Amino acid sequence: MKIYVPRDSAAKALGADAVAAAIAAEAEARGLDVTVIRNGTRGMIWLEPLVEIDEGGARHAFGPVTPADVPALLDGTLEGLGKVEDIPFFARQTRLTFARCGLIDPLDLDAYEAHGGLAGLRRAIALTGQQIVDKVKDSGLRGRGGAGFPTGIKWQTVHDAEADQKYIVCNADEGDSGTFADRMIMEGDPFTLIEGMAIAGLAVGATKGYVYLRSEYPDAIEVMQEAVRIGRARGFLGADVLGSGRTYDMEIRVGAGAYVCGEETSLLNSLEGKRGIVRAKPPLPALEGFLGKPTVVNNVISLATVPVIFEKGAQHYADFGLGRSKGTMPIQIAGNVKYGGLFETAFGMPLGELVNDVAGGTATGRPVKAVQVGGPLGAYMPPSKFDTPFAYEEFDGQGGLIGHAGVVIFDDSADMLQMARFAMEFCAVESCGKCTPCRIGAVRGVETIDRIAEGDGGAKELLVDLCETMTDGSLCALGGLTPYPVLSALENYPDDFATRKEAAE
Amino acid sequence: MSDPTLPETMAEIFARHRGQEGPMLPILHAAMEAFGHIPEGAVPLIAEELNLGRAEVHGVISFYHDFRKEPAGHHLLKICRAEACQAVGANALTERVLAKLGIGWGETTPDGRITVEPVYCLGLCACGPAAMVGDRVIGRADETKIEEALA
Repeated sequence: MKIYVPRDSAAKALGADAVAAAIAAEAEARGLDVTVIRNGTRGMIWLEPLVEIDEGGARHAFGPVTPADVPALLDGTLEGLGKVEDIPFFARQTRLTFARCGLIDPLDLDAYEAHGGLAGLRRAIALTGQQIVDKVKDSGLRGRGGAGFPTGIKWQTVHDAEADQKYIVCNADEGDSGTFADRMIMEGDPFTLIEGMAIAGLAVGATKGYVYLRSEYPDAIEVMQEAVRIGRARGFLGADVLGSGRTYDMEIRVGAGAYVCGEETSLLNSLEGKRGIVRAKPPLPALEGFLGKPTVVNNVISLATVPVIFEKGAQHYADFGLGRSKGTMPIQIAGNVKYGGLFETAFGMPLGELVNDVAGGTATGRPVKAVQVGGPLGAYMPPSKFDTPFAYEEFDGQGGLIGHAGVVIFDDSADMLQMARFAMEFCAVESCGKCTPCRIGAVRGVETIDRIAEGDGGAKELLVDLCETMTDGSLCALGGLTPYPVLSALENYPDDFATRKEAAE
Repeated sequence: MSDPTLPETMAEIFARHRGQEGPMLPILHAAMEAFGHIPEGAVPLIAEELNLGRAEVHGVISFYHDFRKEPAGHHLLKICRAEACQAVGANALTERVLAKLGIGWGETTPDGRITVEPVYCLGLCACGPAAMVGDRVIGRADETKIEEALA
């Protein structure tokens, strides 16, 4: 009998290690032949630790399981959830990037291959660099880190650049609140990221790659390092990738707690060993990136999606989605939510359906007041905008952004003035300090919001003006997008910004 | 209070990282691992190894939240302050924890046992409030779970 207990850090944070230990101990006491497999998470975090039992045939799910449930679990008397694939939250998804996540032991390369892994890389090996780039263009894949820039076009620039050395850099500095897709895939299916980076290397002629992984993710660091070690030992990485005669190798590098290093130029400086200060563009990192060499900088999910595009075909991928937002997006549903977790679906689902239907509304059962989409730099969307389809251009048209597709739900106890203040405070803490609108603007922003809170209604105009300066004058997205949460809070929740004098009138 | 093993330990760290591209952060992480902080005496050694000025090394150390110039308490407790955790009561939890310990953000209890720092997202946004003690993550954190982890 095989028993799956996730090793994902969200499952661990909810007690999965204790459950795994209890299962091993109880099985031994009973003399049962049980293999405990530590898989990734299936993404339904409210059911974690979600345990699956495979007695040869279907996998039966149970959750949330506590160590006290283990005797009943092994007796077969614990009430179960049926098959994971039949749970509505899971059944409604289209899992392409996350197809294997939670299904297998993340560090079992044979299981990875048995579930479609390495098929994409094998196909790519048979192609020229230009053919690989063309397929990525055909798939319509856009940068999943937030900016939504077409991945194939970025690769083309690096492909066309002449240099003695090129690099693939994976941005795994997933600092946005409400996002955890990068962490989940790195902990649950690390080989897919490595495979995607190897394909990128073959495409552009880069022989070396780095994953810049934030230090706040110790479990992901451990899994990724081990996966790279296994990849090298098995000839998936190194001087002769899968016997192709081509070279691609990579290293995992750990960040040091600076949010701004999620910005690509700041990340490159950090990787080089400098302060994580933003660089002015141009030059583009695609031409002068890591150590001044042409560099592909892509988000984890962008790169981890590449293998499935080659496995199933660019057209298959492009057939999902809405308009110019092609394919699927792993949406992360978080905050005050009944059914939180990872929901991968084709672009286009209306925000309200996600929030009320898929996620079941708030955990507290109170009305939804606001949904912040796209991390700390994303707008607060009120229920009146819930018909907005989840896609790049559609959100842009509503004064928002989908960013890395984090969806954070707040109930009616949220104070939107305080959330706006927090956005400014966060920007002040995390600003790299290079440009004035961000470094000083954020500090003034906190002060201005405090003035509004103290009853100075005139300060609202000043706040709008300050936000305009930050938007227009900041070098990168930190200062440039902090006005999104601030202004969206101000516009959509005027009551929270009403001064005492106004409220009295 | 300079550590007599410092030059030797740093030399060992340098040897391990020679040949790497951009070895500064890996070296600083290794020093943190070895000493629990970046000792002042390590700065000139790193500067010499990487052929940089001491000010440059200091600049890097001071830029990142992870690199500390003084050791933390025996336990380092990080509580998430980011939006998703705020949506499920992280601020109130933090206030209670800090009040009970009698310290503020970034401070260490007088007995040197616990340091509390803010963290901006642990990727546990669907099971907040989130906290971390050392490398151990805590979901749906409350005072009881945090106390258990600190025991």
